[in-house]
Amino acid sequence: MKFVWKISLLLLSAALINSCSNKEGDVKTIKFWAFGVEAEYVSMLVPKFESRNPGIKVLVQQIPWTAAQEKLVTAFASDNTPDACQLGNTWVSQFTSLNALASLDDFILESTVVNKEKYFEGIWETNIIDDKVFGIPWYMDTRLLFYRVDILNKAGYNHPPKNWDELLEVCRKIKSLYPGKTKYPIFIPTNEWATFIIFGLQAGAELLKDNNSRGNFSSNEFKEAFDYLIQFHKEKLTPFGMLLVTNIYQAFAEDYISMYISGPWNIPEFKKWMKGNLSDKWMTSPLPGFKNEYPGVSLAGGSSLVIFNKSQNKTEAWKFIEYLSEVETQLEIYKLINNLPAVKDAWEDSVLKNDIYIEAFYEQFQKVKATPKIPEWEHIVFSKLQQYAEYTARGVMSTDEALKKLDEDTDRILEKRRWFLSRKR
Amino acid sequence: MKSSNSKVAYFFLAPAVSAIFVFFFIPVIAAFIISFTDFDIYTLGDFSTLRFIGFDNYLRLLNDDLFWTALKNTFYFVVVASPLSIVVSLATAMLLNNKLIKFKAIFRLSYFIPVVTTLVAVAIVWRFIYHYDFGLVNYLLRIIGINPVDWLGNPTWAMPAIIMMSVWKNFGYNMIIFIAGLQNIPEELYDAAEIEGANWWQTFKSITFPMLAPTTIFISIITIIGYFQLFAEPYVMTQGGPLNSTLSIIQYMYQEGFRWWNMGYSASIAFFLFFIIFVVTLIQFKFQKSDSLQ
Amino acid sequence: MKKLFIYTFLIVTSIATLVPFLWMISASFMNDGHASVFPPRFFPDEFVITQYERLFSRLAITRNFLNSLILSVLVTFISLTFNSMAGYAFAKYRFVGKKKLFNLLLSSMIIPGQVTMLPLFLMLKSMGFINTYMAIIIPGLANIFGIFLIRQYCLSIPDSLIEAARIDGASDFLIYRKIILPIATPILATLAIFTFLGTWNDFLWPLIVLPEDSMYTLPVALANLMLEHTKDPELMMSGSVITILPVIIVFLALQKYYIRGIMMGSVKE
Repeated sequence: MKFVWKISLLLLSAALINSCSNKEGDVKTIKFWAFGVEAEYVSMLVPKFESRNPGIKVLVQQIPWTAAQEKLVTAFASDNTPDACQLGNTWVSQFTSLNALASLDDFILESTVVNKEKYFEGIWETNIIDDKVFGIPWYMDTRLLFYRVDILNKAGYNHPPKNWDELLEVCRKIKSLYPGKTKYPIFIPTNEWATFIIFGLQAGAELLKDNNSRGNFSSNEFKEAFDYLIQFHKEKLTPFGMLLVTNIYQAFAEDYISMYISGPWNIPEFKKWMKGNLSDKWMTSPLPGFKNEYPGVSLAGGSSLVIFNKSQNKTEAWKFIEYLSEVETQLEIYKLINNLPAVKDAWEDSVLKNDIYIEAFYEQFQKVKATPKIPEWEHIVFSKLQQYAEYTARGVMSTDEALKKLDEDTDRILEKRRWFLSRKR
Repeated sequence: MKSSNSKVAYFFLAPAVSAIFVFFFIPVIAAFIISFTDFDIYTLGDFSTLRFIGFDNYLRLLNDDLFWTALKNTFYFVVVASPLSIVVSLATAMLLNNKLIKFKAIFRLSYFIPVVTTLVAVAIVWRFIYHYDFGLVNYLLRIIGINPVDWLGNPTWAMPAIIMMSVWKNFGYNMIIFIAGLQNIPEELYDAAEIEGANWWQTFKSITFPMLAPTTIFISIITIIGYFQLFAEPYVMTQGGPLNSTLSIIQYMYQEGFRWWNMGYSASIAFFLFFIIFVVTLIQFKFQKSDSLQ
Repeated sequence: MKKLFIYTFLIVTSIATLVPFLWMISASFMNDGHASVFPPRFFPDEFVITQYERLFSRLAITRNFLNSLILSVLVTFISLTFNSMAGYAFAKYRFVGKKKLFNLLLSSMIIPGQVTMLPLFLMLKSMGFINTYMAIIIPGLANIFGIFLIRQYCLSIPDSLIEAARIDGASDFLIYRKIILPIATPILATLAIFTFLGTWNDFLWPLIVLPEDSMYTLPVALANLMLEHTKDPELMMSGSVITILPVIIVFLALQKYYIRGIMMGSVKE
């Protein structure tokens, strides 16, 4: 009796296990991974695509941003990549070097929707590795300054800070507005590496040297930027990190923090929390610049659409990519999520032209730089840079010591890369 | 009769033993070999990039600040949490064993609930209980008039916070074992002590504790081995922070191996931990032997 | 007097162990933001089930629940079979290398499981099993602790019983099925609950080998939720309740066996 039980259970389980894999048949199903908020909204766009393309079904999988890079690498390591996905454009080079992505040149040649001229040049370029195209820009983002207009006004500023000195000064002024209270003029968490890298780039630092095979964080330029940002911590102008500020938008609305450097994905949430009589009290602006430069340099970010090498449904996946690249769809996405279209024509639309928060982005896009395109980048900045930023901010290490150790750790991480490079010669 | 017995025995053994052999022993050996290579993400893409690097991983470990931090944290955890857990479980076991007490089953049950509950779920609850402003712990502190503590955000208090939670979760398990051990102590010994007018502490010192020695050693061995494998609590509650004060060895192994895919390095961390556990257990065994010789 | 002291201590400890769970349950029925107040609330102002609705609809936690359930049941059944066969063999048969093999197995219990994780991952990957149930089932097919427990129990089964059956012409397998298993039911129940709880509560391994949302087990889904939704304690509490509830139910139903199992495991030869 018990045996019959067991056998039938085993059969059941076998059946279940099988059902987890893709079904063959007339309908091709493509698995598409999208991150964070985008995923929910991409699902909304699927029915239109499916009705235009009977015979193709799209399964959208939602991955939180914080885990995205890790999951993708895990998927690659476990042979479980989707057919296509959205990829942070700084990751395109990483996955290309792992031979995980399919080159898209052939598809582009035949396409009427996607070609080079339709995109902002700098962004298109981030997807070209070894003269081949591996990703199609989907949307762009960069980081700029979100700020409370009313608080800055109270501190005597009727315009957002235009350079490093002004940024520091306005923070000090804001802090003096609240003696004895726990309020912070700005939020520069040590667990967000982007701000540190951005200011480093502004100061003209070359983050890695020797063909991106050694750390260069001890350079004077980077040190200057690093010290500058740590200064905010030393003067208690910013809280340390995530645990203290669980909801940034709530904190912003309660003027627990008055300024934040981040990307366009925050706009919907800010809009949600800054409602009623708060709704006109905040604004975006390009980043303050180093010395007399304005706006200052920011990161060339955004997402690309890629197809994985191991996909069995590349043609169908490409059709979906084309769909997402149409001007109409790009505008849809913008309306839903506030992600900025990578397609130039979309910017002509009034929806974009009339959004007051977007203006700053357009200005900032003229001044963006890319991060080094190596697979180890995430490991270096996420694990090491953030760690040493925290140590310095809390006064456990001096800047010199921290940056020296950062370089040491970076060198160790890049050891294999150096070996590769020496082999190629 | 005997030979067919043998064949049958092998038949019965085959499924379990071969499973253990293939999916446990072989991986252990494989991990050992991998720890001498630089197996990483590049290797997954192209196997020919694999290099044998001898003891390099282990040498790197010895020079790795973060590894020593993880080691220190883990030892801190083990050295404090183990005795604490044992003392609490022994105390509750003794109290529950007392003749004067009724409702034993209910108390026992309530102490045991934390043990069976999923660690991740519990760690999440405690993450909020430890919240600076809204958590229960600081609420209690404020009532007694002590200043609230930033439990998970302060590098000094993060590990103690995790220790407390861990003891709270596990003491029920050892308590049960202690109860069994206590019940094995003959009544007459206690009667004799009472007649001689011994007080509570004297009774404990001369009867209870010595009689419990084998149980205590057993408990301390399994507790210590378990605690060395600290992972879920820091992963869920603090992500190893603040300032890496709660980074555990297994967490570091996981990060290096399954986050950054430095698998050779990760394997060496795992083996290093195994080595430590082995030595510590050996020491405890020797301790027990010399103890019982007395 | 002494009695009062003891009772106080026991009751205070009880409160300490139970209060976190009470708060957890209570918060799970609160609206967003209502649990983040000072002083902490113990009873919801409005009793709502929105958090649970969110869990099951938007976050599709039913699938994770099923994953946990199916895996726990499957692993329990399979490992019970394998372990009981091996435990019986060790207890009641003589064969070459028996002592050596048993000692080898026993002493290997000191090796922390994490050592095997990387190679096991690579092995399962090459078999195409990552992100499938097999990745959890395979390492759970058998375990040394289970074999040990069963052997311990079987040792006390009278040989005469087995001999008698053999004389009657029963095959070895029949003896195992019809005599040994029924007698060993208590220990099987104990092992079943250990295995069930162990599989349900397992975290690190499923985290590694089940990388896709829909394949997550409950603990992994919960941790994922936590890392993403730090600002919502109410939602997290409902997730914790869902994860813990089945475990508590199973435990309450079979606590006798579980407790006995702990005590048995602690009695050394």
